[in-house]
Amino acid sequence: MELLQLLFAAGTLQLAVATATPIALGSFAGLFSERSGVVNIAIEGMMLTAAMSASFASAYTGSLYWGILAALLSGALMAALHAVLSIRFSMNQIISGTVINFLAAGLTGHLYQTYLVPPHWPGSVGTFQEISIPVLSRIPWIGQILFQQGPIVLIMLVLAFVIHYVIFYTPWGLRTRAVGEHPEAADTVGINVYMMRYANVIIGGTFAGLAGAWLTLEWIDNFTIGMTTGRGFIALAALIFGRWTPFGALGAALLFGLANALQIRLQIGFPQVPAELFQMLPYVMTIIIAALARPIPPAAIGQPYEKE
Amino acid sequence: MGTTTANQNQEPKRSFRERFLSPLVIPLLAIFSSLVIVAIVIIITSDGLGDGLNKVAIGYWGIIDGALLRPSGLVNTLVATAPLILTGLAVAIPFHAGLFNIGGEGQFMMGALFGAVVGIYVDLPPVIHIIAVILAGVLGGMLWGAIPGVLKAWLGSHEVINTIMLNFIAIALVNMLVRNVMKDPNPSTVQTLPLLETAQLARIPFPGVASSRLHLGFFIAVLVAVLAWYFLFKTTWGFSLRTTGLNPDAAEYAGIRPKREYILSFLIAGGLAGMAGIMEVQGLSRVLPVGFDAGYGFTAIAVSLLALNNPLAIIPGAMIFGLLTVGGDFLQIRAGLSVHIVSIFRALILLFVAAPEIVRYIYRMRGEPEKAEAMPAPQTRWGS
Repeated sequence: MELLQLLFAAGTLQLAVATATPIALGSFAGLFSERSGVVNIAIEGMMLTAAMSASFASAYTGSLYWGILAALLSGALMAALHAVLSIRFSMNQIISGTVINFLAAGLTGHLYQTYLVPPHWPGSVGTFQEISIPVLSRIPWIGQILFQQGPIVLIMLVLAFVIHYVIFYTPWGLRTRAVGEHPEAADTVGINVYMMRYANVIIGGTFAGLAGAWLTLEWIDNFTIGMTTGRGFIALAALIFGRWTPFGALGAALLFGLANALQIRLQIGFPQVPAELFQMLPYVMTIIIAALARPIPPAAIGQPYEKE
Repeated sequence: MGTTTANQNQEPKRSFRERFLSPLVIPLLAIFSSLVIVAIVIIITSDGLGDGLNKVAIGYWGIIDGALLRPSGLVNTLVATAPLILTGLAVAIPFHAGLFNIGGEGQFMMGALFGAVVGIYVDLPPVIHIIAVILAGVLGGMLWGAIPGVLKAWLGSHEVINTIMLNFIAIALVNMLVRNVMKDPNPSTVQTLPLLETAQLARIPFPGVASSRLHLGFFIAVLVAVLAWYFLFKTTWGFSLRTTGLNPDAAEYAGIRPKREYILSFLIAGGLAGMAGIMEVQGLSRVLPVGFDAGYGFTAIAVSLLALNNPLAIIPGAMIFGLLTVGGDFLQIRAGLSVHIVSIFRALILLFVAAPEIVRYIYRMRGEPEKAEAMPAPQTRWGS
């Protein structure tokens, strides 16, 4: 009973939506990439790179907005590398993703120790403040949960609708899905398979970048080594569970957000129980969710396209 | 009829150059290219070209001198090689079955945990105790490896996500138990009691080193690599496993059950990584501390691919990464560079060996890539 109260408290759910944000954004990144036929296990690495870049840029320019820009660009850059490796060089996409993740771990670690620790560290500029949307945020319960959030959380919620529209109701979305389902057919009707795949993987990279920005510009105000702690992979599980649709992925991400919020609340509520026990919760849940998923992936996913 | 089949099964005769020299070209160029790119990264992140070049020279020489030429450095490199051989095999064997094991880290931790329990709390006669502890470690790793194997075989959920999640869970679980249940009440550091003397692996003296850290684990790991090679390439079980990796549908048609191979390969992988974990405790740390995970399970991926997933080639492959792991400290001590440079190396070497086309492109190598042996590749499809 007490647990249920904790679960449905507006504060817990507000926290759930906030912590669901990097996971939802990460799964949007995977959505664009995988809908076009490129498997993406590199979301984690893109997110991590972006989190570091955001922290770096905002600290050295003194502006959070430059931080956002740096995050988007660095996410896109890592995605571009994944695209080149898997499209141009037909590298196995699972391994290409692993390369990106390792590279991100190494580069962010090196840059962090070179530029983001004293004596070089110019100091953090803080985080984005919570925004209360007029009128809407005053709705009881719902208002606090959905409309009293940081800007990146709010952007994420809007993005779900935008992406749903783009993927299912625009020519771009149709072409993206076509190259992911049947690249040969798409090619025959004049769609540039390579261009569509490059573009979608890189667009995806910017969403992973935004997820990284959330970590260092909205959640906490400084970068730490390996701070993504598996969120990129959880995002992938959310995407698979959500069957490669933005609302499905958002729903799954919110489940993870809930587990995460609960985990944080429980740690505070039960200090006598080892914190690690609660920290395992999202990871265990990911395995269960991935096992329950009955995925129907895009038909041509993971296969490099070789033009005849 | 019978003779025809026999002839077909016979391996085609290949020259020494074809068998041993050609496969070396890509790995060697991969290492060289990575060294060049890392040097560029170091220079960009230094104060000017002069400072950068200086750091590269001191740092690279530091790796060679500190981790290879000095006897104590060589010993440390061999010590770091042992877990990399075993975790490398833990990547290679599922790889041959078409699966990608990023879970070596978690399996390593569970091996260390299970073995440590038997090593600390169970009293057994010498020798038997050592074997019992290793077997317990293997069991712990197998248990952790079985989870993604079974989930893959029965439910089709992809091993990449599951193994990574299991890494996080294993690390949290081991830290939790060490902190709360198995903690040594005395010292200020958070660790378990030491393993009983009877459970520890003997240290082996090394010429020119006062207190050698080299332990039996290295030799056991080399032996296991040879056995793994025999298993993969000379036994029916190994053949079935490799056939599954090359083409699961064809394998099934030929009477092999891919699901069985998935579970088997992950059981073996988990066992090997678990063995790596417990032997680190038995031979080196003698206690299980909090934060025991050292990233071997991840480096193992680069080790295995650098060795083209051949268990015998994993021995030198692991030595190269052992050298880099130990050398990382010298990059830091001598050139003031961060140890994370080593992770960049790891990523780049993996990049180049996994995409030989890039190496051929950079060095303008002519001719078609040798298709002497079909290489397995992890399945890139979600779901069964």
